[in-house]
Amino acid sequence: MTAAVATSPRAARLAARLQATQERMAKVPLPASPGWLLRAREGAVARLNATGLPEKRDEYWRYTDPAALIAPTPPSVDVFEITDEPLVFDHVDRLRLVFVDGVFDAAASDPLEAEGIEISRLAEATDIHWAQDLYGALEARAQAPVARPLAALNSATATDGVLIRVTGKVDRPVSVCYLRRKAASDAILHHVLRLEPGSEMTLLENGPGAARSSIVSEIDIAEGAVLHHVRTMGRDHQRIGTTHLFARLGAGARLKSFSLSVNGRLMRNEAMVWMTGKGGSAHIAGAAMGDGAFLHDDTVFVTHQAPDCESRQVFKKVLRGGAVGVFQGKILVEQPAQQTDGYQISQSLLLDERSQFLAKPELEIYADDVKCSHGSTSGEIDADHLFYLRARGVPEDEAKLLLVLAFLAETLDEIDREDIAEDMRQRLRGWLERHR
Amino acid sequence: MLEINNLHVKLENENKEILKGLTLSVEAGSVHAIMGPNGSGKSTLSYVLAGRDGYTVTDGSATLDGESLLDMEPEERAAAGLFLAFQYPVEIPGVGNMTFLRTAVNAQRKARGEAELSAGDFLKLVRAKAKTLKIDAEMLKRPVNVGFSGGEKKRNEILQMAMLEPRMCILDETDSGLDVDAMKLVSEGVNALRDAGRAFLVITHYQRLLDHIKPDVVHIMANGRIVKTGGPDLALEVEKNGYADILAEVSA
Repeated sequence: MTAAVATSPRAARLAARLQATQERMAKVPLPASPGWLLRAREGAVARLNATGLPEKRDEYWRYTDPAALIAPTPPSVDVFEITDEPLVFDHVDRLRLVFVDGVFDAAASDPLEAEGIEISRLAEATDIHWAQDLYGALEARAQAPVARPLAALNSATATDGVLIRVTGKVDRPVSVCYLRRKAASDAILHHVLRLEPGSEMTLLENGPGAARSSIVSEIDIAEGAVLHHVRTMGRDHQRIGTTHLFARLGAGARLKSFSLSVNGRLMRNEAMVWMTGKGGSAHIAGAAMGDGAFLHDDTVFVTHQAPDCESRQVFKKVLRGGAVGVFQGKILVEQPAQQTDGYQISQSLLLDERSQFLAKPELEIYADDVKCSHGSTSGEIDADHLFYLRARGVPEDEAKLLLVLAFLAETLDEIDREDIAEDMRQRLRGWLERHR
Repeated sequence: MLEINNLHVKLENENKEILKGLTLSVEAGSVHAIMGPNGSGKSTLSYVLAGRDGYTVTDGSATLDGESLLDMEPEERAAAGLFLAFQYPVEIPGVGNMTFLRTAVNAQRKARGEAELSAGDFLKLVRAKAKTLKIDAEMLKRPVNVGFSGGEKKRNEILQMAMLEPRMCILDETDSGLDVDAMKLVSEGVNALRDAGRAFLVITHYQRLLDHIKPDVVHIMANGRIVKTGGPDLALEVEKNGYADILAEVSA
């Protein structure tokens, strides 16, 4: 008998994974950066090397296979151009920043200046910069209790992004447009937003922007500040990608985030929110619609650390043709967070029997005086509702469309600006009309 | 106007016959009432005429102005002029009452080859009709029937009827769940629509509603058939003696 160190299969797998990750990261050059940013990137590499890249067997990835997201090269897929409707937010007066296949397009963008706001690009970040306390910091904080290696990978390798510091109340939205012109492209963007006390802004994002994209946003919302966020990812059928939204809210701060996702082969939106000051409010909502080869995953984690805060998670999915919807949502209420008001709802409307919805709603509460509710349902269009509308003369197709829009209405309620909500409604209607 | 002949209907999923050779004729300008004990098939009749799933017609016919209703989709029946005021109007969260009404009115106009109503004309019309039914602007803004009281739901049904101007109106136990005042309001709404070109089929358990909506003809339904037909007096007889006497007399 030879002496051997006893190794469980599990430990062996982990060791192999870490080794593979470390070998891969050793070959990846970090983008040229000033000292503070380089240190932040190296920190992210260390975090990634400690956890390894994700695998399907990980609990956190049990419903969504990350293989295509971590493959060494992006997929090569047909470029999709929208010709039959105006681009999202075209009607909105906004400051426009354009990234094409992950590369900033200065000619297509507005000058990076606006009242009450400082905007710069990550790729042009200088040595002295307000963002250095934030870049990678919220991502690092988000590595517990569950590792988010794709976010660490992004912090390490992001090639660009926008750094926004808001000092006043800004009416005109900042709009980041992601466009795609290449069949195979990787967009790795990392944004940092700092909303100073009492400030307010609207951030718009649209377009998947690459065959494969990874977009991380680290957002610090100080006392009494307000961020409105509306994001759409649409119609580029074969794209894959991830987003991570990390938000820390101070006392009385507010966050309203709405995401619309249509089509797309594989999309995972993660959000991690910390309520760190008394009386904050965070609403995270999403509507997703897919037909056929579609998987959309919303993974949301809201942590209440301070008293008197309110959070809402509202996620709805409309699925047909074998499309898959995933929801993993958690409300964690720590002991000091008394008087927490937490709400979570995840629902899917299955338009046929082949589609499926996989949901893992969770509550974890350590405070004794809180109000938290959650619900998750999956079903078809209600036959009684449909008959009632048809009995009044509404044709079946139109009646179904009304009922699907009605199902999604609760997510649109989370958009404060009515013109933008109406635009989203029209997008949903357009999708439904194309996918009857 | 509405001709039902020897109609046999069974439940789709069970071998249970509900309507067993029902024959009925409702002429334009008239109000017919159908009364009958629980389980006689009254609501089934209204659903089958409106086109709800779950029933199989095994024999007989039902026509509206000579056109077979049974071959039409529910929305086609509505566009042809048939209207069912539901016994239990459903709540539809997320669909605004106003959007619903406008979609329904315009869909029917479109199906009949008429021009759609403009937003302004529609609004004027709906406000005027809502006012007579004491339906306030707040109710119009809410999702369809959501949070409405029983009386409000029934008033909303009559509002839809007034907006859609059907020619054949079926009222399925519209009096159920109504207090005296609400019943009066609903009845006034119905009576305002009485017209030489329009007919009503009023399904009810009780004679009470017929004090307000005066029928021309009263039918007694039992065991899936019309067993007796008479004038308004027949309803009074039921109120006084119950169904037992009539049913005994019929089966004798």
